[in-house]
Amino acid sequence: MTNPPGTPPQPPGVETQETISAEIAEIRGAYGKAVADGAPRRAHPDRDYPPYRSSLLRHPKHALVVPRDPEAAELTGPVFGVTDVTAIDHDLTRQHIGEPLGERILVTGRVLDRAGRPVRDQLVEIWQANASGRYAHQRDQHPAPLDPNFTGVGRCLTDDDGRYSFVTIKPGPYPWRNHDNAWRPAHIHFSLFGTAFAQRLVTQMYFPGDPLFDLDPIMQAVTDDSARRRLVADYDHDLSTPEWSLGYRWDIVLDGPAATWMEEGR
Amino acid sequence: MSTTPSSAKAPVSLPPTASQTVGPFFGYALPFTGGGDVAPAGHPDTITLHGTVYDGAGVPIPDALLEFWQPAPDGSRAGAPGSLRRDPVTGAVVGRDGLAFTGFGRVAVDADGHYLLRTLPPGGVPYISVCVFARGLLHHLFTRAYLPGLADAPDQAGLEAEPLLAALPPHRRATLLAVPERERVYRFDVRLQADGVHEETVFLAFE
Repeated sequence: MTNPPGTPPQPPGVETQETISAEIAEIRGAYGKAVADGAPRRAHPDRDYPPYRSSLLRHPKHALVVPRDPEAAELTGPVFGVTDVTAIDHDLTRQHIGEPLGERILVTGRVLDRAGRPVRDQLVEIWQANASGRYAHQRDQHPAPLDPNFTGVGRCLTDDDGRYSFVTIKPGPYPWRNHDNAWRPAHIHFSLFGTAFAQRLVTQMYFPGDPLFDLDPIMQAVTDDSARRRLVADYDHDLSTPEWSLGYRWDIVLDGPAATWMEEGR
Repeated sequence: MSTTPSSAKAPVSLPPTASQTVGPFFGYALPFTGGGDVAPAGHPDTITLHGTVYDGAGVPIPDALLEFWQPAPDGSRAGAPGSLRRDPVTGAVVGRDGLAFTGFGRVAVDADGHYLLRTLPPGGVPYISVCVFARGLLHHLFTRAYLPGLADAPDQAGLEAEPLLAALPPHRRATLLAVPERERVYRFDVRLQADGVHEETVFLAFE
């Protein structure tokens, strides 16, 4: 992939999308072969994923240690309640005097444990870029406009069915410096709690049909095809409101120790 | 060809949603005022846990987020709502109410990679659970800060007999032991990767 004419030359040492894409393909191929040879599928990304350059010095090299302790404190976890969330925190379009620019959307789904049970009354937090792909964060200084009517932070509690719901605007893709001409596909960051601290999850939700998926080393760090597809919300026309907003559905399944989801363990 | 293990007893097992990095821009969303003040202000039993998060070059990580979870001093693991208690008029965080012990803390490190937690001693276990998030870290990491020498808690020798710690070689075990600096103040650094001088922190998986 070459830069379009007129773009400034890149400083030496900045890697190309081809280099990153080749590394992504090689790791994906090796994973596919391992699974074909009988290795278990992996839902989560490897913390050691070189195409995402920031992972190089930020992943442990030792294997994780498994505490064999039925009394581990991590099998319980923090709780939240109505005092922690205000009634409009789930609506990111109502946090300022005016309406934010962009495509108004509803994002909703259920938070489940691996046994399929709803995670009730638990905190869901989101944050995202604005419609132009700019974060309301001092360290995002790329030349896209801030929106005075959009911060991009929301939270809610799940209901009795484990359901969460946010009204927001569709975020734009944004450039970053992993490599030359690196762009993140549009995404919403999600933070989730289960009934156990060990079920904690921070992840990102993507939008269907984004052409940047294959180029993005963060999304591609999930090397398993089906696990990666599960990070993409479904457009659901029944969730769209005439002349108001488009609807997306995204269910989340919290991983965690077997004791938190096996029927026998309850 | 191997035989398929019996799944007769297996419950419904939905595939989990994959983790993704917290990224660099969580700072206006996840940290909250007083996130590290789990102990009620001025409580005489307050302990301070602090330290620095380092990468594999031994450089402090300026964009990490730590979460803490622990039983209350009386051993209760029920937690309590109110860690992010909000003013219903402005929506601003007004802090914990100073009575309920929520057991949950959340602290973004400073620009120098340093964090600080003020809490009460955990009841029934000699450790505080720590969950580490950072830009560059694709899947959070759990570890534990074991606290030697608390009243009603084991001393250093006693701690080393704790099953998880006893199973580790001494140089690995040491990474889980908070270092008492002075009365009620403990240092607990987190190293995501060995830097050639310092040992990598022991991280935990719960299966």
